[in-house]
Amino acid sequence: MAAPALTATTRRASIHGSWGRAAVIGVPMAFLLVVFLLPFLVVFKISLSEMDTVFFKDILVWKDDALVLALKFGNYLSLTQDTLYFNAYLSSLQVAATTTLICLAIAYPFAYFMARSPADRRPALLMLVMLPFWTSFLLRVYAWKMLLADAGVLNNAAIALGLIAEPVKMMNTPFSLVLGMVYTYVPFMILPLYANLVKMDLRLLEAALDLGATPWQAFWRITVPLSKSGIIAGSMLVFIPCVGEFVIPELLGGPETLMIGHVLWDEFFSNNDWPMAASVAVVMVGLIIIPLALFNKYQAESTAGARA
Amino acid sequence: MSSAAATVSVPFLQIKRVVKQFDDVFAVDEVSLDIAQGEIFALLGSSGCGKSTLLRMLAGFETPTSGQILLAGQDIVGMAPYERPINMMFQSYALFPHLTVWDNVAFGLRRDGMPKPQIEERVNQMLELVQLKPYAKRKPHQLSGGQQQRVALARSLAKRPKLLLLDEPLGALDAKLRERTQLELVGIIEQVGVTCVMVTHDQEEAMTMATRIGVMSEGKILQVGQPADIYETPNCLFVADFIGSVNIFKGTVEVDEPDHVVIRSPECGHYVSHGITGTAEMQVSIAVRPEKMSIQSTPPEDAQRESPAQVGFNVVQGVIEDLAYLGNLTTYHVRLATGMVVKVTHTNAARHGASGMTWGDAVYAWWCGSDVVVLTQ
Repeated sequence: MAAPALTATTRRASIHGSWGRAAVIGVPMAFLLVVFLLPFLVVFKISLSEMDTVFFKDILVWKDDALVLALKFGNYLSLTQDTLYFNAYLSSLQVAATTTLICLAIAYPFAYFMARSPADRRPALLMLVMLPFWTSFLLRVYAWKMLLADAGVLNNAAIALGLIAEPVKMMNTPFSLVLGMVYTYVPFMILPLYANLVKMDLRLLEAALDLGATPWQAFWRITVPLSKSGIIAGSMLVFIPCVGEFVIPELLGGPETLMIGHVLWDEFFSNNDWPMAASVAVVMVGLIIIPLALFNKYQAESTAGARA
Repeated sequence: MSSAAATVSVPFLQIKRVVKQFDDVFAVDEVSLDIAQGEIFALLGSSGCGKSTLLRMLAGFETPTSGQILLAGQDIVGMAPYERPINMMFQSYALFPHLTVWDNVAFGLRRDGMPKPQIEERVNQMLELVQLKPYAKRKPHQLSGGQQQRVALARSLAKRPKLLLLDEPLGALDAKLRERTQLELVGIIEQVGVTCVMVTHDQEEAMTMATRIGVMSEGKILQVGQPADIYETPNCLFVADFIGSVNIFKGTVEVDEPDHVVIRSPECGHYVSHGITGTAEMQVSIAVRPEKMSIQSTPPEDAQRESPAQVGFNVVQGVIEDLAYLGNLTTYHVRLATGMVVKVTHTNAARHGASGMTWGDAVYAWWCGSDVVVLTQ
């Protein structure tokens, strides 16, 4: 009697297990499908359609009693022909890369310090990192305008102190742009780095010192390689939104700043050319997703089982 | 090894009145130790006794509050860990997870700026020593616990340190593997000829591996000696109780002669066939190991006793309250009239328990006056 009963329970358990697993994975998958993949396919479809003075045509049309699929690749072609787009992509990537590197340079020591501080002080430090999120992002970026303007707080203070005679132009320069980006995104670099560094086994550093490594060598040979996954995660969290960032360049970068977010806005709302805007967006997603996928693959391979 | 003979007058490692204070707690309290070249010295104690702190001071991770540590005559207290000719095998190994076995072993040699061909030669030599050459390209997580332990050993020996420190070297291994590894480890250490200080809470590990043991408690070293000295002649109650199992009788000295002592305890009269440093009427503890006791269901006959003088002494009567059959041994827990429980170990030399004693049986436990240790502190 015992044996069949046992099989029955195990079978039931395994069915429950597979259903549970399917539900746990399926729900977020379905959510992403509905709110991300489907809209993206719509955008992709629009990018292949033709503009009809004020609106775009459907790509499937009835023509002479036949269903015709009319795909227009001209938008993608003009992306390659007009240097505006290429320059916008390039400068977006440059700004995003610069921001990411500066964020990393600032965040790493900060996260390291946080992770090595006494355990009872860490929640407070973590709170400080997240404190800016309690105020509106727009308000905080706008505040930088006040600080950086020609007649702004910083210039006025420096002139009053006699450090400079003329106001230094800071607003609407690459400086103000990157400053605003770094300021906004640095917490997104700190948090994954902190989460990684706080888990590190400090005895590994002792082992390195014991084997003759100076503290500096131990940092570069042990701490940095072991925090690689945190560096990658933080860099992605900063780099990806930076590429498509629109608000900060608008507010702090000035009219000359050429970034893909701005181009996108122009195509949608100034030119009202939805197919063109859609193709700009599709290429941007492609530009971000491909390196991301490569990164992920590399990371999955190198860390497979490494956390033993 | 020839240098050992030359420097015989000066111990290789000298720990002089070392104190380590954390806030107002003395983790290590005026410890002095001399360790000779080639020795395997074990610091034995329960957790929190200060043994690890002492080891960390030798490695350079902690600075003594006061005192000196001399290695081959040189004071190393002010030296950073990476400047000391000392390497440590860490508890649960602390292998670098992102480096291969080969790179783990080469790590220290590279920091020393050793030329590449020499590094190659040394690493291969080390991997051969621990029989891990085929695993050179693996990452630590791809190895078993025993293999990881050998990588850790190879890594700590690669720089040919003057002093090797072992922190609970076998603590992470399961019992069966531990037994084999103990002797393997000693074999390798002796082959290399390195002086070794190890820390352990496992008395069996200390007894098997060490040439000498220092028993620590509350930051102090209570007794230093060879494993047999510590076991057979403990100098205090703590050591007697910590190492192995022991029956302690509390009594008063009745007769104090140079060649024998008689002590009266509520359980029985004790005849001790050696003199003690004490006086009559002194309160003392009598320690008798369970395996030194004999157990039988009839009173011991006079002829069985060590000497006629001991007849009537060193024997207690009680009831078997519990017994633990371990295969090779059986431990009987005998409840005496005073309420005390005496543990007696009986070797099962014959296959079918010749004793035939079981739960509830009235029995006699007795022992020889020469097997008794009298503890005055």
